[in-house]
Amino acid sequence: MESLLSLLIWMPIFGGIATLVIGNNRKSIVRWVSLVFALVVFALSLKLWTGFDSSIAAMQFVEKTPWISYFNINYHIGVDGISMPLIILTTFSTVIVIVAGWEVIKSRVAEYMAAFLIMEGVIIGVFSSLDAILFYVFWEASLIPMLLIVGIWGGQNRVYAAIKFFLYTFLGSVFMLISLIYMYNQGDSFSLSSLNALPLSLTEQSWIFWAFFLAFAVKVPMFPVHTWLPDAHVQAPTGGSVILAAIMLKMGGYGFFRLSLPITPDASSEFASIVIALSLIAIVYIGFVALVQRDMKKLIAYSSISHMGFVTLGLFALFSIVEMNSDGQIIGSIEGAYLGLEGAMIQMISHGFISAAMFLVVGVLYDRLHSREISSYGGVINSMPKFTGFAVLFALANAGLPGTSGFVGEFMVILGSLQANFWFAFLAAMTLIVGAAYTLWMVKRVFWGPIVNSDVATLSDINARELCVLASLAFLVLLLGVYPQPLVEVMHLSIVNLLEQALTTKIMSPL
Amino acid sequence: MIDYQFNIADLCFALPELFLLGAISVILLLDLFLSDRFQNLTYYLSIAALAITGFLAVDLVGMSSVIFYGTFVLDSIASSFKVFIVGFTIVAMIYSRFYLSVHGLLKGEYFILVLLSVLGMMVMASAHSLLTIYLGLEIMSLSLYTLIAMARDRAVAVEAALKYFVLGAIASGLLLYGMSMIYGVTGSLNIADIASFAMISNLISEQILILNFGLVFLVIGVAFKFGAVPFHMWVPDVYHGAPTSVTMFLSTVPKIAATAMLVRLLIDGLGEFQAYWADLFMILGILSIAIGAVVALLQTNIKRMLAYSTISHVGFVLLGFVTGMVEGYGAAVFYVLAYVLMSLAAFGCIITLNKKGYESDKISDFRGLSKSSPWFALILLIVMLSMAGVPPFIGFYSKLFILQQVVSAGYVYLAIAAVVFAVISAYYYLQIIKTMYFDEPQKDIKVSTSIDMHLVLSINGILIFVLGLMPSYWMELAVSLF
Repeated sequence: MESLLSLLIWMPIFGGIATLVIGNNRKSIVRWVSLVFALVVFALSLKLWTGFDSSIAAMQFVEKTPWISYFNINYHIGVDGISMPLIILTTFSTVIVIVAGWEVIKSRVAEYMAAFLIMEGVIIGVFSSLDAILFYVFWEASLIPMLLIVGIWGGQNRVYAAIKFFLYTFLGSVFMLISLIYMYNQGDSFSLSSLNALPLSLTEQSWIFWAFFLAFAVKVPMFPVHTWLPDAHVQAPTGGSVILAAIMLKMGGYGFFRLSLPITPDASSEFASIVIALSLIAIVYIGFVALVQRDMKKLIAYSSISHMGFVTLGLFALFSIVEMNSDGQIIGSIEGAYLGLEGAMIQMISHGFISAAMFLVVGVLYDRLHSREISSYGGVINSMPKFTGFAVLFALANAGLPGTSGFVGEFMVILGSLQANFWFAFLAAMTLIVGAAYTLWMVKRVFWGPIVNSDVATLSDINARELCVLASLAFLVLLLGVYPQPLVEVMHLSIVNLLEQALTTKIMSPL
Repeated sequence: MIDYQFNIADLCFALPELFLLGAISVILLLDLFLSDRFQNLTYYLSIAALAITGFLAVDLVGMSSVIFYGTFVLDSIASSFKVFIVGFTIVAMIYSRFYLSVHGLLKGEYFILVLLSVLGMMVMASAHSLLTIYLGLEIMSLSLYTLIAMARDRAVAVEAALKYFVLGAIASGLLLYGMSMIYGVTGSLNIADIASFAMISNLISEQILILNFGLVFLVIGVAFKFGAVPFHMWVPDVYHGAPTSVTMFLSTVPKIAATAMLVRLLIDGLGEFQAYWADLFMILGILSIAIGAVVALLQTNIKRMLAYSTISHVGFVLLGFVTGMVEGYGAAVFYVLAYVLMSLAAFGCIITLNKKGYESDKISDFRGLSKSSPWFALILLIVMLSMAGVPPFIGFYSKLFILQQVVSAGYVYLAIAAVVFAVISAYYYLQIIKTMYFDEPQKDIKVSTSIDMHLVLSINGILIFVLGLMPSYWMELAVSLF
C-alpha cells in the first residue's frame, strides 16, 4: 500500500475525532466505534511486519512531501527495524487499553476513547518521523492527550500529577528544540539523514548531546529525573498507566536510538560512562526503592524505571565494548555490541507487554476494591484463581524468569555488558535478585495466604473481557520469551547500521 | 532631499483611509438620529464600512508609492498591515457586539470609536513622516482611552482609562522628544530623508550622540505601545479594568500598529543604527518574557493573566527585531499575527461566559467548562496550548521561527533563556486547562452566544490548529514584506 504509514498515523486521529462527534451520551456506540478503529489500525500495522524487508537496512514505507517549505521541512516518514516493532506495540497496546476501559470508564467515554486514539496516531507519528521537526511536533503533541487522561480520569491527586508530568517533559524537550534549530542553522535541513551527516565539533556535540539527553532521559525516565513517573502512574487511570509504561517510556529509548547515537556519536562515546552509571543506579537503587512501596502501582512504576535502565545500559555499553580505529575497522567484540543493542530493543518491547500486563492486573483489582494498597489485599487466589494464574505469570516475567520475554532482553544486555566490564554485568544482574524480591514479595502479600478481609472474600474472578486482554498479553510474553528470533531478525540490519553510525566520528579532522 | 509633489491622482493610494474617514463621518451623523431600536444598524454599517475598507486595502496590495509631499507611503508592509488590521478588527467587533449587548453597553459610539482607532492604525501603517506617525498614534490612542472609559459607571474602568491616558500621554511626550532630537540632527521629518542622512559614516560623533539619545526615546515610545517591560505597568491594570471587549481589541490589533510604528521609525528611518536599538530590544525582550512569565503565575483574574501573557509574547516579538535580518523581522511579524489570532480567540471564549450583570473574568469562572460547553472549552484548550508554544498549533511555529532567527543570529543563550521562561509560562496556561477540564463544574455555568459569534469563534479556533498544520505560506508572506 502506498501510504500505509500515513494511514496508521491519521486513521486513529480521525477515529478520535469521530468518537468526539458521536458524543458522551451514546456510550456503547462510542465503545464499538473506537474498538473498530483500534482493531483496523492494529490489523493494518501488521502489514508493516509482513511487508517489511529485513534484508535491507534502509528506511521502508517511506513517504515524503514538502510540508513547511520555508524551513525545508518535509512530511517525511518511514520505518526501519527499530521503529517498526514499536509501532506494532503501539497499535496493540491501544486495542488492549480500549478493551480494558470498556465498562470501567463510565464518565466522558467518548473523550476517553478519543484521547487514546489520538494519542495512538501521534505516537506512531513519533516512531515514524524522519524529519526532526515532524518528530518534535509529534513528540510534544503526545503530551496533550496524556495530560488530559491523567487529569480527567485520574485519582485523588491527579491535577498535581498531570501538571508535573507535562511540565517535566516539556522542560526536557525544549532544549532538544534549540539544538535542532542550532543544527538546522548549520546544515539548512531538519531531515534526520542530513542531521546524521552533519559534521559537528566535540563541543557542539556535547551541548547537543546533553540537550537530547535531558529530553530523552526525562521520558525514559532515568535517575535522577524520574520523579514524575511514580506520580503520573499512581494517579493515571489504568489505561493511562498502560500507555505511559508500554509506549511513552519507549519514546525516550527510541530517541536515544534515533537521535542521540547517530547525531552525536562522539559525545555519546565521551559521556557513555555517565549514562551507564545513571542506568546502573536506576537498575539497582530504584529496584530497592520498589521493594519498600506499599502502593502496587507505585511499585510497578519503580520497577519500570529499573527495567528501563537496561535499555540505556545496553545502548551506551557499546562504547565500552567496541571502537572504530582510524581505518574504519571495528575493534572489539562486535557480537557483544549487537547483544547490548538488540537486548535493549527487546527489553523495550518486552517491557511494553509486561508493564502493560502488570498495570492491568492492578487495574483489575482496583476496579473491584478501589484500593491499590498492598495491605488491603491478601489471599486473592482463593476468590480469583484464574486471575491469580495470570498475575503470577506476569510477576515472574517481571522478575525475569527464563521462558518469559522479561528474561530475554535483560539476559542479552547483561551478556553484552559483560564484554564491557564485569562490574556492569554484575550490578545489572543484581536486578534479577532485587526484581524477584519486590515482585514476588508483592505476589505473596496480595495473592497468597489466607483471606484477610471480607472484601477480598467477595471478589469475583475475571470476566471474559478481562480474560481476553490478559490472555493475549500472556501469549505474547511467552512467545517472545521462547522464540525472540523473528524480532531479532527484523531489527538486526538496522542495528548494524546504527552501530556503524554510532562509531563513525563526526568531528571533521583539520585539513 | 527628494522633491515630493502632491498629485491629485495620488489620492487613490490612500483610498482605504479616505473611505473609512468618510464612512465614520456618515455613521456618526446617522447614529445621532437613530433611535435605540436601531442600535444594531450602527454595528452593521460599521462592519460594512470595515469590509469595504478591507477590500480597498486588498486592492492596493502590490502597489507602492510615496505621496502627499512624502508623508504617506504605500508599500507591501503598509498595505498588508492594513488588511490584517481591518480583518482582525471585524472579528473583534463581532465578539464585542455580543459582550456589549449582554452588558447593556451597545451604543453607536463604541463602534465609531473602534473605526476611528482603526483609521489611526492605518495611518500609522502608512506613515512616512514623523508627524504622520504621531498623528496616527494619537488618533488611535485617544479613541482607545475613550473606549476604555465607555463603562463609566464602573470604577475600575474609569481608573484604567485615566491611568492609560496619563501614562500614554507621558509616552507620547517622550516619543515627541525623541523625534525632536532626530529632527534637530537630520533637519527633516521625512523617514526616507532621515534614513539617507543618518548614515553613520557621514556623521560626526556629536550627531551620533544626539541621534542615539533620540533613538532611546523613540524606543521607549514604541516599547510603551507594545507594553514591554519596564514600560508595562499600565498593561495589567488597563486589561483588568477595561470592559472585556475593549481589552480584547486593545490587546490585539494595536499590536500590529505598534509593529508598524517600530518598522517605520527604527527599520526604515534609523536602520543604520540597528546595532544600537537591537541591544535595547534584547534587554526589553528578555525582560518582558521573564516578567510576563513569572508574574502571570500569581494571577487569579484571567484578564490580568492574559495581560502578563501578552507582555511575554511581546518579548518574543521584540527578540525578532534583535536579529537585524529580514527573516528576523518577518518572524516578528508572523509572531504578532499569530498572537493576535490566539488572543482574539482567548478573549472570545471569555466573552461567551458573560451573563447579564456578571463579568466572567476570574479563572475560577471556568471551572468545569469542558462539561457545560465542550466545544468552547476545546477552543480555549487549543488557544492555551498554542500560547504555551505546544505543537501542532500556530503558537509553536511562531516561537520556532523567532528562536530559529535568534539562534542563527548567534544568540543561543537568549534562545535558551526564552524557552526556559516559555516552560514557566506553560504552567499558568495549564492552570486554565486544569480549571476547565479537571475541576468539577459550578452549579449555574451557562454559555450563551449569538450564532455569528459562535461561527466566527469556531473558525478562529480551528484556524489556530489548521494554520499550525500549514504555516509555511504565512511565514514566507511575513518575510516577503521586508
